[in-house]
Amino acid sequence: MSRPTTEATLPFEVALASYDPVLGLEVHVELGTQTKMFCGCAAVFGGEPNAQVCPVCLGLPGALPVVNEKAVESAIRIGLALDCQIASWCRFARKNYFYPDMPKNFQTSQYDEPIAFGGHLDVELEDGSTYRVEIERAHMEEDTGKSSHVGGATGRIHGATHSLVDYNRAGIPLIEIVTKPMTGAGERAPEIARAYVATLRDLLKALGVSDVKMEQGSMRCDVNLSLMPKGSTTFGTRTETKNVNSLRSVERAVRYEVGRQAAILAAGGTITQETRHWHEDTGVTTSGREKSDADDYRYFPEPDLVPVAPSAEYVEALRATLPEPPAARRRRLQAQWGYSDLEMRDVVNAALVDLIEQTVGAGASAAGARKWWSGEIARRANDAGSDVPTLAASIGVGPAEVVELESLVTGGRLNDSMARAVWEGVLAGEGTPTVVADARGLQLVQDSGALEAAVDRVIEANPEVAQKIRDGKAQAAGALIGQVMKELKGQADAAAARELILAKLA
Amino acid sequence: MAELTRADVAHLAALARIELSDHELETMVGELGIILESVATVQNAPIADVEPMSHPMPLVNVTRPDVRRPSLTAQQALAGAPEQDQQRFSVPRILEQD
Repeated sequence: MSRPTTEATLPFEVALASYDPVLGLEVHVELGTQTKMFCGCAAVFGGEPNAQVCPVCLGLPGALPVVNEKAVESAIRIGLALDCQIASWCRFARKNYFYPDMPKNFQTSQYDEPIAFGGHLDVELEDGSTYRVEIERAHMEEDTGKSSHVGGATGRIHGATHSLVDYNRAGIPLIEIVTKPMTGAGERAPEIARAYVATLRDLLKALGVSDVKMEQGSMRCDVNLSLMPKGSTTFGTRTETKNVNSLRSVERAVRYEVGRQAAILAAGGTITQETRHWHEDTGVTTSGREKSDADDYRYFPEPDLVPVAPSAEYVEALRATLPEPPAARRRRLQAQWGYSDLEMRDVVNAALVDLIEQTVGAGASAAGARKWWSGEIARRANDAGSDVPTLAASIGVGPAEVVELESLVTGGRLNDSMARAVWEGVLAGEGTPTVVADARGLQLVQDSGALEAAVDRVIEANPEVAQKIRDGKAQAAGALIGQVMKELKGQADAAAARELILAKLA
Repeated sequence: MAELTRADVAHLAALARIELSDHELETMVGELGIILESVATVQNAPIADVEPMSHPMPLVNVTRPDVRRPSLTAQQALAGAPEQDQQRFSVPRILEQD
């Protein structure tokens, strides 16, 4: 058997000198409903194989599907959040194909009557500019079963002798969100693709309709890409790269396909309209099956499900439940917290917005909340391949601990380096900040007599430095403060020590 | 209606995963053509005043609450599977060898 061969590519910049990319993205989102789209089986990830199935999702004869009302509600809310129009009447359709991932031999989807259509999503780019992505449609469908291929190399379909199918996922509600072709992106195409998926993910998360975990497949992206000669307005033949399942991969896949298609076109070749597979490990796409025409799927209206016809009142009631758009919320919080653009970006990228908002709400300062949540714990989360909110929850640390730690500092019990030591103890599960500070005997020296005695000893031991300070070099006090700290085993209040040193050497 | 071609039949056969010999393909072009012609008489029906209909009942919005119901056990689910392995349905390989 043949192995997929690596194809020639042109460097991205060279490709863009001659061609304009046209992008289209299809994002599939698994809804976070309790049950499947058309039956009452649990809609959860993983689990014992084929134990979340019933006659409906197995397509057994005579079984009749019934639509999950929560899934319709979520679909409409997604449509509204994308500024789409909501269909006042739409049907499901059968998409027929030969592939054992659907036991029914068809997937129940929507075809020419999507529940939502004609919207847009504004995407903020690194340089601060905004690109408007036009949304073609968002429609309801169901997920397919999970196949594992046996006998081929590393579980791939090529070379497999047979496949094993688990239908737990078959029938989980999916919303497919399809963009209109995006033109004029030029060299920003990879960035726009990534930013669109990231923005959409944030929006869906804010809507609370899905856990949008790309690494677990609850949000998946297909990248459509074609090239047209610079200046042309006629789209070229496109390829569809399936299952590009991380933000970084979306960017890389666009970049790779631009280079690959450009190499073919520049050599006088033609692009085959096909489905391509993305290989995360090598960063290339390889040819899959030739893309079927819509006709080949023999779509027809699903006779077992009646049309969905949401009333205007229902749609408006759902519109009232939409959350503040994530971009607007970020701008509001940034202004409220006084963070710089860079600080805010770091906070957003580290998924700290909610946690900081809660911590500030619990009484901490915005600066303190950012400092404690993005320091030691962020390093630990990174090492563990997790994120701060997840790690914090797992060790039982929350806003209250930050508030308490900060009050120990502002109340004069701890200095900054002591607070860091306390925080490490808290993160190590040693207890609340006060408990840790007590257990470790961390307490600034409050006794002014002890501090004064230490200052006197240090001045006496360092006559040359003392003279410099008397001569007006106040910055030399740093060396003496360090000595005082040492004398008092790090438990001195540095500001008080400094004040005392300068007063004595005035 | 456009005449059915040999290429059309070959395409349909491929979609249906049916392997046809050259001779069968030839025969099918003729036979399917006749069937299509017969069915095409429906197109003569007077439908100018008839709304397209996909469902016989004027019902909409039949939904159910998002509440779990018992599923089958894996054993029950797999009971009718011609082959199974590792508690999964075993199916013949999906793609032809490259």
